[in-house]
Amino acid sequence: MRQSLNEGQLMLTNLLKDMGKEVERILKGCMQVLITLDRTQAEYWIAEDQLVNNFERQVDDACVRLIATQQPVAKDLRKIISAMKISTDLERMADLAIGIAKVGRRIEGPLCKPLIDIPLMAEKALDMMRQGLEAYSNEDMELAHNLAVQDDAVDHMYNQVVRDLLVIMTQTPEYLDQGMYLTFVGRYLERFADHATNIGENVIYIATAERQDLNK
Amino acid sequence: MGQSLIVRHLEAWYGSNKTLKGINMQIAPNQVTAIIGPSGCGKSTFVRCINRMHETLPGTKVKGEIILDGESIYDQDPVALRKTVGMVFQKANPFPSMSIYENVVAGLRLNGMKSKQKLQASAEKSLRMAALWDEVKDRLNYSGMSLSGGQQQRLCIARALAVEPSVLLMDEPASALDPIATTHIEELIRQLKENYTILIVTHNMQQAARIADSTAFFLSGELVEHGPTSEIFTNPNDKRTEDYITGRFG
Repeated sequence: MRQSLNEGQLMLTNLLKDMGKEVERILKGCMQVLITLDRTQAEYWIAEDQLVNNFERQVDDACVRLIATQQPVAKDLRKIISAMKISTDLERMADLAIGIAKVGRRIEGPLCKPLIDIPLMAEKALDMMRQGLEAYSNEDMELAHNLAVQDDAVDHMYNQVVRDLLVIMTQTPEYLDQGMYLTFVGRYLERFADHATNIGENVIYIATAERQDLNK
Repeated sequence: MGQSLIVRHLEAWYGSNKTLKGINMQIAPNQVTAIIGPSGCGKSTFVRCINRMHETLPGTKVKGEIILDGESIYDQDPVALRKTVGMVFQKANPFPSMSIYENVVAGLRLNGMKSKQKLQASAEKSLRMAALWDEVKDRLNYSGMSLSGGQQQRLCIARALAVEPSVLLMDEPASALDPIATTHIEELIRQLKENYTILIVTHNMQQAARIADSTAFFLSGELVEHGPTSEIFTNPNDKRTEDYITGRFG
């Protein structure tokens, strides 16, 4: 029953999954730029942001079409509205990833410290995004709630990164610029994880019609 | 002003077929209440009980209580009750041999009003309330059947309003109308609730969502859920309601 609406919702889920894969590809590429400080690669990934912007427009158009033609209500409507919000989160996540490539373009090497915690943060934040989208796809409330715990872990990692960089900047003033830029990267990744948590909040909203703040 | 309705343990039968199975419901005055549900769920029977039309059919039976403004409708004369509780049907049904004017004042004449001046004043007032006056004021003597479908339905609403009811029952009043005429009727319903308590049976979910303050979902002769329309259409309590409004029923 409601075959068209079901198909439309499935198409939306697949679009968001594909968009998520694109964001993942971009973040991994941008993290590589941070490691290699390769400016040509930085320019390449900065241009790739357009692909995610296009996905966001596709999701918006699909949602508008479904609302106009299917008149969804209740949970169906919440799922479509949430898809629009999730696509905005994913688009912002891609922007944050691009911010990392821009930092890689600016830093004059070599790096003041080996990158250990920052790549871990990136992997954790990406994992949260994947889980958020899986929670959306399967309406998995437990997975959605669990994102709050993981977000706390990313926040903790960010604080650790800032502390380490502060020590370096205090002890070696010539690393002040680089330290600042790497602090930005930590902040971008922390925000990336916040957006992943937003996806979880949308999953809870779809299931319960209630708003929960997982970003406490 | 509109009057409140309290329905208690209402049961209704067509022969041995029980179509209402103990409905309990409170209907607030000066509000639009939408009754929704699949065909055969008892929603039309329910509104027909409120002006005691159900019991006019042979083989029917009603049990339970309907209290209108503090008084049981079963303690009232059915004809007098139908002055207080007007009804508009799915298909516009102007009296074919009567003019527009005669249609509107038919109920008043039946109730003994003879003064031409009063009848004219009442006809104009009713047609204005039904948002039809400007369209027909220059052709009041034309046949009611000369009007478009949407105008005919508004003529029937004017006819119902002329006897100054406090409750207006509407059984799918816009289901046979085009979108423009439907918009006219919906806008009219929104305006009329200032002075009337309105119950509308509709199969159009979006119509219920647009115009009703509260919505009641009937299924197999039972009231599944009754609540603010904004809640019924966003987060209903009962899964059966959700399945119905999202079109996944059955």
